[in-house]
Amino acid sequence: MSIGRTRAIALAGVSGTVVDVEVDIASGLPAIVLVGLPDASLGEAKDRVRSAITNSGFVVPPNRVTVNLSPASLPKQGSSFDLGIALAVLAGAGVAPPESVSQCIHIGELALDGRVRPVSGVLPAVVAARDRGATVVMVPRGNQAEAELVPDIRVLAVTSLRHAVALHGADIEIPDVEPLFAAESVQSFGTDRDLSDVVGQPEVVESLIVAAAGGHHTFMLGSPGAGKTMLAERLVDLLPDLTNDAALEVTSIASLAQLASLDALVTRPPFEAPHHTATAVSIIGGGSGLIRPGAVSRASRGILFLDEAPEFSPAVLDALRQPLESGTITIHRARQVAQFPAHVQLVLAANPCPCGNAGDPNAECTCTPDRRRRYLGRLSGPIVDRVDIRIPVKRVARARLLDNSERRTTTAEAQARIIGAREIAHDRWGQTRPASAELRSGRFRLDRRAIAPLDAALDRGALSMRGYDRAIRIAWTVADLDGVVSPTLDHVGRALYLRQGVTT
Amino acid sequence: MAHKDDLGRWGEEIAAEYLVTEGYSIIDRRWRCPRGEIDLIVQRNGTLAFVEVKTRRTLKFGHPLEAITPAKFSRLRVLAGEWCQSALRPVGLVRVDAIGIVGDGRNVHSLDHRTGLIA
Repeated sequence: MSIGRTRAIALAGVSGTVVDVEVDIASGLPAIVLVGLPDASLGEAKDRVRSAITNSGFVVPPNRVTVNLSPASLPKQGSSFDLGIALAVLAGAGVAPPESVSQCIHIGELALDGRVRPVSGVLPAVVAARDRGATVVMVPRGNQAEAELVPDIRVLAVTSLRHAVALHGADIEIPDVEPLFAAESVQSFGTDRDLSDVVGQPEVVESLIVAAAGGHHTFMLGSPGAGKTMLAERLVDLLPDLTNDAALEVTSIASLAQLASLDALVTRPPFEAPHHTATAVSIIGGGSGLIRPGAVSRASRGILFLDEAPEFSPAVLDALRQPLESGTITIHRARQVAQFPAHVQLVLAANPCPCGNAGDPNAECTCTPDRRRRYLGRLSGPIVDRVDIRIPVKRVARARLLDNSERRTTTAEAQARIIGAREIAHDRWGQTRPASAELRSGRFRLDRRAIAPLDAALDRGALSMRGYDRAIRIAWTVADLDGVVSPTLDHVGRALYLRQGVTT
Repeated sequence: MAHKDDLGRWGEEIAAEYLVTEGYSIIDRRWRCPRGEIDLIVQRNGTLAFVEVKTRRTLKFGHPLEAITPAKFSRLRVLAGEWCQSALRPVGLVRVDAIGIVGDGRNVHSLDHRTGLIA
């Protein structure tokens, strides 16, 4: 009877647990028995491991091989345990040096020919390994760049099982095989779009800059073809580069969702634009077996753009309320709980009515008033109330389209102003924004004359209490963009317009 | 008789000789019933063992014991039960064994005896 052991990582959301892989080679009919709550793809590991070991020129012991993944009560998914299982079997069989194998954490899927395939989620797995005190981790060659993003841990990249055994110190030659890489995915970031492409809508551009500077949730209302989607895409370009922590968070999510073959930290904020037929699970996250991040997590630290927002199922929109408030999303399933980040800036876009022509002086709306009211009414009050900035987007007149004298803001100019405004806000407020009460009546209370328009609107009933608080925050952002110490009457007026410019 | 059956018969002889040298007494050989056949039934120290013998010429297509699939193994257990019923006497402790032999019909290359198999 002989024992082989090593370690691997089980991921739940973006947090990982170190799993002990134990192999017992005992008398009995030749079989590989896998215990420890494997799911279907992990259960198939025994067939992949058997073929990979044989085709690497080693022998699977013709005995009863029991593989235990401990803690046995933790559900485990996916193919990333293959490499660890194979090495533990070979260590138990006396082929691979047991000491070296047991101290290393192994992540990787095996191909039938013995090569090692890249897997998703390597970045969060390596972070988890390091946080739990591991000093060396073995990953597929195709994930090497991603694993090396994590500091303070030694990364061994392997192309094949034989290569892995050799790196552990066995006296065998390393075969010269072609390493396997994940399929390249097309990156849509960093394209040639620019804010100056937006023609004839300077006030809309200015509103976008305020939204980007303050990270305010935004709602754009306008006729079809007025440029709502174009504006939303340019909004993400206005956001500053991600900080190191945010970049690691975004890259971890991208790695889990396998949005791309990662070889560098994602440094630009993500942009997610799910279609309006999206299900709650696709937006929030979930799925059977492995819990996957949804659009709200993939867009974390960036922008979640919901085009044709009234067409979304009300249940889907309402499911966003809690993550918008807390910045995280916790998904509960019977057997496990996963937590994902959800720090999104929400951007909604809608037509004013089903036909899209309401409010357009040059086109006639064919919708009945009731139909029009119902259409926007599908956006539930709580969601709309969380939106700070409402921007009316009108069709551009031909005269303005042809006007070459117009001075258009470029993305670079706007971004410089936004970074400046964010720095001012950061110097004043630090990492966390003050509570609304503090803005209303505490240290940051505005001058009585400056706040008069808001008070009047509140008295008239034109503004809710939440709207009042939101308008104050917008006023601060507008003032920061102007480089002014405290918002003046002018800034508050502009804030009120941004908040109330659209009536829904 | 086919070539492979000759090899199987030879392997059973080798297995029986081996078991006798190990101190087992042979109770029955190639016991048949409508459901199938048990190669060897042997006894030692009051324990009855039902033995399946697998013989192969080479290891090229895997170890001979790998040919005992879970389905084949469960049939072996059923057959063991059938034999106990037909025995008409108390049988005491019972287990299922397997013997894998690699050899060419004259020389034994290797012999593996696995005792007390579980599913």
